[in-house]
Amino acid sequence: MEKALVINPDKCTGCLQCELACSYENEGVFNPSKSRIKVFTFHQEGRFVPYTCTQCSDAWCQQACPVDAITLNLLTGAKEVNENTCVGCKVCTISCPFGTINYNQNTGKVIKCDLCGGDPKCVSACPTQAITYIDANQTGMEKMRQWATETDNSPSNSAANV
Amino acid sequence: MSWAGKLLRVNLTNGEITSEMLNEQWKNDYLGARGLASKYLSEEIDPACDPLSPENKMIMATGPLTGTMAATGGRYVVVTKGPLTNCIACSNSGGFIGAEMKNAGWDMVIFEGKSPTPVYLYIENDQVELIAADDIWGTSVWHTDEWLHNKHQDPLLRIAAVGRTAENGCFYAGIVNDLHRAAGRSGVGTVMASKNLKAVAIRGTLGVGNLADPEGFMKAVNEGKAALAENPVTGQGLPAYGTQVLMNVINEIGALPTNNMKDVQFDGAHAISGEAMHEPRKSDGRPNLTTNAACFGCTIACGRISTIDQGHFSVENKSQYWGNSGGLEYEAAWALGADNGVDDLDALTYVNFVCNEEGFDPITFGATVAAAMEMYEDGDLTIEQTGGIAFNFGSAEALTKGAEWVAAGEGFGKDLALGSKRLCEKYGRPELSMTVKGQEFPAYDPRGIQGIGLNYATSNRGACHVRGYTVASEVLGIPEKTDPLTAEGKPGLVKAFQDATGAVDSAGLCLFTTFAWSLDNIAPQIEAACGGGWTAERLAETGERIWNLERDFNLKAGITSADDTLPERLRKEAAKTGPAKGIVSKVEEMMPEYYELRGWDSDGVPTDETRSRLGLKD
Ligand code: SF4
Ligand code: SF4
Repeated sequence: MEKALVINPDKCTGCLQCELACSYENEGVFNPSKSRIKVFTFHQEGRFVPYTCTQCSDAWCQQACPVDAITLNLLTGAKEVNENTCVGCKVCTISCPFGTINYNQNTGKVIKCDLCGGDPKCVSACPTQAITYIDANQTGMEKMRQWATETDNSPSNSAANV
Repeated sequence: MSWAGKLLRVNLTNGEITSEMLNEQWKNDYLGARGLASKYLSEEIDPACDPLSPENKMIMATGPLTGTMAATGGRYVVVTKGPLTNCIACSNSGGFIGAEMKNAGWDMVIFEGKSPTPVYLYIENDQVELIAADDIWGTSVWHTDEWLHNKHQDPLLRIAAVGRTAENGCFYAGIVNDLHRAAGRSGVGTVMASKNLKAVAIRGTLGVGNLADPEGFMKAVNEGKAALAENPVTGQGLPAYGTQVLMNVINEIGALPTNNMKDVQFDGAHAISGEAMHEPRKSDGRPNLTTNAACFGCTIACGRISTIDQGHFSVENKSQYWGNSGGLEYEAAWALGADNGVDDLDALTYVNFVCNEEGFDPITFGATVAAAMEMYEDGDLTIEQTGGIAFNFGSAEALTKGAEWVAAGEGFGKDLALGSKRLCEKYGRPELSMTVKGQEFPAYDPRGIQGIGLNYATSNRGACHVRGYTVASEVLGIPEKTDPLTAEGKPGLVKAFQDATGAVDSAGLCLFTTFAWSLDNIAPQIEAACGGGWTAERLAETGERIWNLERDFNLKAGITSADDTLPERLRKEAAKTGPAKGIVSKVEEMMPEYYELRGWDSDGVPTDETRSRLGLKD
């Protein structure tokens, strides 16, 4: 079953555990500046919004890459950067509409979320379940459920409403 | 090895910036943050110096776990000699700047001397510069934050700054980081401004790693996170209500100091409680609380993000206060609310915003207003002296105006900026200042919670709850329930809490983890990160060493055992209501046993034996 990351900003507290876990997995150090997932703080609104690659089926980055360094992982559906092939031209960073693929000055290559090979570390690090990794066909389930609880069709209530 | 291993020394007098290796011996003896910075300060300044002179130094320091994935590993401290108390001051803050400092490759920054003109320090990894701050001198923390982000075109820059209160010499100005987190107490911001240092702006991209045992570390971190999630206080109470979960609890047990500590219960407690912050307002149907928020790496997330009712008198035509910002935590809600008899949640939230905006400590400010109110009601202050506003208990107008005056450094605000000790002395009523060593109490009455009174009386930075939070045991039953009304056994309890806290504060962790964690949970995290044999016992001993080091500093600064006491009101005037009715603080009764357990002589001086056991010189 293909799975996808589902992000619910309402649950996020802005703790950056996800960024720490991501950078540790990929860089071996705790370094939010090298995280593939970023949490944005909207101070005035009091909102924290985690954001990362959604692994497009038809991926802009993949199509733009002149050396085919971005390939599909058939098991996870992730678009992965092959470090040995990437020449650091950054064309993918321009073509991605969401900005989720970025250049890494230290290596001269690009970095993006690769779903940690099917065990995303941000998910296990998140203390609030703001990020989950679930059946890619059912990513709307939680929202549907939420709305479902607000749908009130019990006879007694409809009677009270008239 | 989770220390970066390096410190920055910034000489503000001549602008010289140098890098030094961290002292190996000291980091093994004092761990980091509070302990290590206190050691550096003790070695480098004369404890008798004038805190606002160039002779004083100011140290910003992280702990070995700061910047790692350890839950709450984002803390940093500011250590200096404090102007409010003339004692060693160590103020601790969360937010994000501590981790950023570490990520830039620095364990600490030592500021010395005084800059001839206003400057700020800019750190981008090993590129470090002092830059002119004339354009932001005289402006608020919030303005400074925005200006620096714009100037450097870097939204990820982390900033700590002082506001106008610090520049004006308010004795209790703090250093605010990330807009609404603060190293708030004892006037550490006043010291920063006295050096003509407006702000510190940091961007770190090096990564924090270098773990002694990476696998062991992640295991210990995950176990720690699980323990926080399962604990009812850290897993439910704090995320839902923040520290404000305490307002109703403490009121019920009759330990909520009210009207400058005349009373121990407040009728308006519910109106200013954590629960009330969730209730929809009448005006716009929105609750005060928008969401909870975490500091760096924190899986508890006690932070409050709040709004003020736009129709409230305090924010009329002031759009800068209409958005979300850092809301009330318990100590602030108490000091601004119960201690002044004010039950207007919006007024309290507004003053809290102003405290963050202009960088001053809401605890000392609130308690100072309370003292002013009592003097006003007693006729020691006239309405002319209080700026034409009646300073009666319960007046939200007096409270909000007072805050605006302190922020601007004008009128009666100049008096309020003195703190309650100096204010009460000035108007001839020194006994009305609810302070120890010049610093105001937080929100727990020593008549209703006996252990905390002993902790206040002996705290090295003046009255303070986060030096030995015996409330955990005496009220919440963590790790074990003790009777809050008895003095028996409290000296030992206080000492144990004080020592453990010294270790937590020096690790770079938040004290709130200790609702769920003991040193047994913390030691494995430090050991896996640092190596070198960190056990719970060694951590407790490190905490004890730190306590004695701070005590030594204070003795040299002129503190004596006569300063280890509480104001007469708490020792002589019994609580009038609640479970503590008829009871006074038994602090004098507890002190001899406390000194003995500490290994101090009857003058409160560490004995030679204690010194040699802890490896302290002279
Ligand atoms: S770990 Fe979860 S709660 Fe924390 S910042 Fe990331 S998404 Fe938000
Ligand atoms: S418990 Fe609260 S203060 Fe402590 S680190 Fe977490 S959010 Fe910050």
